[in-house]
Amino acid sequence: MQPFVRHTGRIAALQRANVDTDQIIPKQFLKRVERTGFGPSLFYDWRYLGDGRPHPAFELNRPSARGATILVAGPNFGCGSSREHAPWALGEYGFRAIVAPSFADIFYGNCCQNGLLPVVLSETEVNDLFRRAEAAGDAGYQLTIDLEAQRVSAPDGFTARFDIEPYRRDMLLQGLDEIGLTLREEANITEFERRLDALERGSA
Amino acid sequence: MTPRTLFEKVWDAHVVKPSGDGPALLYVDLHLVHEVTSPQAFDGLRLAGRRVRRPERTTATVDHNVSTGDRALPIADATSATQVATLSRNAREFGVELFDLDSPGQGIVHVIGPELGLSRPGMIIVCGDSHTSTHGAFGALAFGIGTSEVEHVLATQCIVQSRPRTMEVRFEGLPGAGVGAKDLVLALIARIGTAGATGHVIEYTGAAIRALSMEGRMTVCNMSIEAGARAGMVAPDETTFAYLEGRDRAPAGDAWTAAVCRWRSLDTDPGARYDREIVIDAADLSPQVTWGTSPGMTTDITGRVPDPAAAATAAERESLTRALEYMGLRAGTQLEGLAVDRVFIGSCTNGRIEDLREAAEVARGRRVASTVRAMVVPGSKRVKAVAEREGLDRIFADAGFEWRNPGCSMCLGMNEDILGPGERCASTSNRNFEGRQGRGGRTHLMSPAMAVAAAVEGRLVDVRQLLKSVAILS
Ligand code: SF4
Repeated sequence: MQPFVRHTGRIAALQRANVDTDQIIPKQFLKRVERTGFGPSLFYDWRYLGDGRPHPAFELNRPSARGATILVAGPNFGCGSSREHAPWALGEYGFRAIVAPSFADIFYGNCCQNGLLPVVLSETEVNDLFRRAEAAGDAGYQLTIDLEAQRVSAPDGFTARFDIEPYRRDMLLQGLDEIGLTLREEANITEFERRLDALERGSA
Repeated sequence: MTPRTLFEKVWDAHVVKPSGDGPALLYVDLHLVHEVTSPQAFDGLRLAGRRVRRPERTTATVDHNVSTGDRALPIADATSATQVATLSRNAREFGVELFDLDSPGQGIVHVIGPELGLSRPGMIIVCGDSHTSTHGAFGALAFGIGTSEVEHVLATQCIVQSRPRTMEVRFEGLPGAGVGAKDLVLALIARIGTAGATGHVIEYTGAAIRALSMEGRMTVCNMSIEAGARAGMVAPDETTFAYLEGRDRAPAGDAWTAAVCRWRSLDTDPGARYDREIVIDAADLSPQVTWGTSPGMTTDITGRVPDPAAAATAAERESLTRALEYMGLRAGTQLEGLAVDRVFIGSCTNGRIEDLREAAEVARGRRVASTVRAMVVPGSKRVKAVAEREGLDRIFADAGFEWRNPGCSMCLGMNEDILGPGERCASTSNRNFEGRQGRGGRTHLMSPAMAVAAAVEGRLVDVRQLLKSVAILS
């Protein structure tokens, strides 16, 4: 996994609540058996017109969002299905972090597994970001996210702190493989299995 | 000992390694696998030279993009066919049991786990699918995971989880005729919102839950995820044991007796505390129907489409306006009477035998309106076989419903069962997101009885009116 320590980039403002994973990556694109190839289909139904041209009104297609690497969105981002194709698509598109007032549980975990940092700020702070981005116009709005310091900041003085579980923070900072960590517990797992198997056989 | 909830008992029994403040390493009793969220996980194992740690605790099936039409034909879509073939290859290579298209056990993953007797009380069950919450109906802790976690469970039979908070949802009283499990859970989501239970595991309690069949409890637990919950659970009781006894993979003989004895101790202890509590009077509920593009956008069938102008915040107004535009609805419109083009009965929410019995009861002796295309998609081959034994297929066919082969079908439209742009559908599935059933398709979620009533009348109606006329006639 690609580590996440500190990142500066332009934001894309997606001022919508309850953005579900069916919107992030519609089901017709879930048929690939690889982890890649999902970026072009990100937000497909919103992003393209019926004839395949980019939808000019869609937030990510605006000049202000060109080259954006940080997505700022409304509450309950990533609700719905467990498809990890959603963070894969977001990552492949170029996003390194998502800032929102809240995330759906499974989506939040899936992001962390893929080095895509989910940042929870308060609704007031996120709305403040929307206003600042709007004011910046086509020039775009830059944000720095520092995972080590758990801080979001911008040159115009915006600053906010965020919380993240220490375990997730360490995994992201170091780009650790969770499977490798768990396999170190081999002795504990084997001991647990011995007891469980006995119980299920009815001999415990 | 301090009194504990059902959730706490199941959680505590699965901790492989206690972790202080951090997430726990939990043992997974049962891992269910389907074709869409698993290929990249098996690939990861192969790349790392790892094996499936406990193949016998892993069960796979194909459901999401299989055709519900003629099974003698090959899968028409090449990428779908590749995904199905990839799962077969992976199952063979890693020694995992697969219920493939030819197997009599094939079906939607959340339908076959219970009917095989694989999903049992006290277990931790995971699957790369958010509706894994279904299996919580047995008093298991069952939740959806992402593909990276699927790979983790395949390799280690464990999952790393932070401890969620607990929420009791108590349905007091008994619902009236025409109001069932789907209405209970839709009413809950309408009340607390689609993020109302985020970070929580719900335990459903109360007289209305006790009175439900296992199928009804599964419907309720299934949609816990639509309220944002990590999982939903119901403490096991005689209904649970009666459902499980004698099933293919359920324990038998002395092991069964010992298991039931263990399962009886899972019930939440008197005096145990939940982090949050919600009480809903089931006797007060009417049939529920969604009008918007999120399961929280739900109201009574007797209700009206809300007015965005009355929304509390600008953001809410924006989202209501967007939803109404997508759904082609105007504020203040009465839901009853709204014409529908399609009706879908099926999915892991309402594709079980009880659901089909409920639907057939309303369909019996009636005709689907000439303006409507209606289909019934059983949740599994077993459900289909039982329904055919009971003659339900005849009732549906005589009424003008298509009787199809099992799969997810129009719940998410990964196969050819999709809505056209602007088509309005009365659906027994679980999600009414934009484009979920086909780009531009408009979904209204409701119970099987309500969906059949809509098919027959060609518009959304209150099924209680139909039931009333039955009572008068008979
Ligand atoms: S029926 Fe629908 S919700 Fe259930 S597993 Fe299939 S696609 Fe998912």
